[in-house]
Amino acid sequence: MSARVTLATAKRVLLQLRHDPRTIALLLVVPCVLVTLIKYVFAGSDVFDRIGAPLLGVFPLLSMFLVTSIAMLRERTTGTLERLLTMPVGKLDLLIGYALAFAAIAVAQAALLSVVAFGALDLHVDGVKWGVVLFATANALLGMSLGLFVSAFARTEFQAVQFLPAFILPQILLCGLVTPRGDMSRVLQITSWAAPMTYAYGSLDHVARGEYGATLAGYAIAVAGFTLAALVLGATTLRRRTA
Amino acid sequence: MIVALREQYEPEPEADVVVESLSIRRGGRLIVDGLTLTVPAGAITGLLGPSGSGKTTLIRAIVGVQIVESGEVTVLGEPAGSQPLRSRVGYVTQAPSVYADLTVRENLHYFARVLDAESSRVDEVLATVDLEHVADQLTSSLSGGQRARVSLATALLNDPDLLVLDEPTVGLDPVLRRDLWETFAGLAARGKTLLVSSHVMDEAARCDNLLLLRDCRLLAALTPDALRAKTGEGDLETAFLHLAEEADS
Repeated sequence: MSARVTLATAKRVLLQLRHDPRTIALLLVVPCVLVTLIKYVFAGSDVFDRIGAPLLGVFPLLSMFLVTSIAMLRERTTGTLERLLTMPVGKLDLLIGYALAFAAIAVAQAALLSVVAFGALDLHVDGVKWGVVLFATANALLGMSLGLFVSAFARTEFQAVQFLPAFILPQILLCGLVTPRGDMSRVLQITSWAAPMTYAYGSLDHVARGEYGATLAGYAIAVAGFTLAALVLGATTLRRRTA
Repeated sequence: MIVALREQYEPEPEADVVVESLSIRRGGRLIVDGLTLTVPAGAITGLLGPSGSGKTTLIRAIVGVQIVESGEVTVLGEPAGSQPLRSRVGYVTQAPSVYADLTVRENLHYFARVLDAESSRVDEVLATVDLEHVADQLTSSLSGGQRARVSLATALLNDPDLLVLDEPTVGLDPVLRRDLWETFAGLAARGKTLLVSSHVMDEAARCDNLLLLRDCRLLAALTPDALRAKTGEGDLETAFLHLAEEADS
């Protein structure tokens, strides 16, 4: 592990993003637009207050997943990854560098989204608002590390973008956002326990309801665990030698 | 006469790269089968052969990014690709591997940090590859030849003991090509070892030693003068053809 390489990589990834202001704008603005849409699509019902807070995490998770999986795939396909791995660079140095850079974006994303949701859209939660912001950021970080991990299984950008419907959409259906998990069949309930997004959604849902018990703690640990596991597994998919 | 030539070309024992009975399998097929060669220290060795002759595969094995079937590759006394070599071997791939969405200077500063080189080296290598005037442009806006030079500059940052360059002069104008070969000669004069692949035989004349490759087999390992003498051809291209035909018959 080398702090020098990790920090240099984080800075480099942020510099790359800075040269692509449209991507930054999309990362920051799209979740705000979507949450605003939810508010007005469900005007006159309590849906916005029920799922608004969890969506503050789900939308950033989606965009982070997409951006990081493509960013890592590019690193693989342009030869820079192969070159870096011939240099005195640890695999985790690279992935943690990526994680730090995107964590900075995730914090900005969650902060802006919360200002919009709580300020402009008048979202009501029973729990503390900073707790919602904290877990929304954690959701974005989970999306980031899942994206870094699955990029190993894509050869092309066409494949990488399709991991969103293939890998994330089933989890959205299972995580409890669309319908409570308690109403699902036994098989689906058991399946949903294996899905990282179940804990991402569950943690935000609990915080928003003001339920700070052991369940929330368990969900929080699961979110952190999946995030770290995906990063470490992602590092093992980086190969110094290829055929 | 051949005996005399052997005496003229004696890389051992001072070889920085030793490849012994190297075999590489790709797509189920043994594409390299028992290749043995050496790269002498402190000199420029040209790895020459037509497109598809296995130059890149051999280079990848030497820098340790190629999965090999069997055989041994020893670089600067260590197994190829091992950790101690990562700051001593510079590798420039055929396709420029730099970040297109960063400026030239940002690219070099990043790699300088990674290689733990002084940041003052950035300006030095920019001058070496003659890119100072585009240093603050996005790498994606550069021509192919300029991008190749950014990639080359990256490998020069930490002044590695062995530089492995895969077709570094493709698409460069003649003046620049001459300048770069002078840079390579300067590095070799300082005791650095260079392995430079090329499919253009006129670059062979600028090398101290030649490794002639064809169909992933070593046709010959000799000096340019020895190649001329052996084949009786003044022109190195014709000399190579001569050797290739001899090997076929």
